[in-house]
Amino acid sequence: MTELTKQRPKFLNLLEIKQPLPAIVSILHRVSGAGLFLMLPLLIWLLQLSLGSAESFDTLKAVAANPLVKLILLGLLWAFLHHFCMGIRILLIDVHVGVEKAQARASAKVVLAVSLALTAILGLKLLGAY
Amino acid sequence: MNRIVVGAHYGLKDWLAQRITALVMAAYTLFIAVALPMADGYEGWRALMSHGFVRFATFLFIVSLAYHAWVGVRDIWMDYVKPVSVRLTLHVLTFLALLGYTGWAVQIIWRL
Repeated sequence: MTELTKQRPKFLNLLEIKQPLPAIVSILHRVSGAGLFLMLPLLIWLLQLSLGSAESFDTLKAVAANPLVKLILLGLLWAFLHHFCMGIRILLIDVHVGVEKAQARASAKVVLAVSLALTAILGLKLLGAY
Repeated sequence: MNRIVVGAHYGLKDWLAQRITALVMAAYTLFIAVALPMADGYEGWRALMSHGFVRFATFLFIVSLAYHAWVGVRDIWMDYVKPVSVRLTLHVLTFLALLGYTGWAVQIIWRL
């Protein structure tokens, strides 16, 4: 009868709950999607600058040289890559590839690692490291 | 009105559309990832984006992005925003924003 003596209602402390990795990459899919949506005006404006004229192309370079813009673009780069990799994982699970728990956990790890690695590689390019 | 939100095809169209638009965008991304390193500077970039096929593909990407974002952002509002009036307002604002972005982005590539 111990179950009946449990404290009710139960309040969940979100900061103390340890989520499994598939849950984390899943919520990051939503966060990255929301971030990309919110930054769409910036991205379209940059596209406009890139294709307008040789002068606006130079303006784009100047804008992209701004440290704050670089930071935002780095964040968006990760958001895109994570959303992309996680999207492929979701599509594969939709067609019943990697549905088993062990495989799903492994693919969540792959999504997190690959998107971070690609962000590092392309991010260094963005920051002008090479 | 007392509709039960279960049954055949409920939400299937949007679910499917989100997958199809994702595939279109993924294919476009891979294409650009391959083509971009070959385009040098402003002239090269402009030549790439002006190409008839690329313009066609970019148009599909823009429309796919808008539809994909509509389903995704609408799902976020549905999950977290309870008051109907606030949720409806956010739905409308999201839709109008995406519609405007689509026109803006298409116009950028269409006048090349």
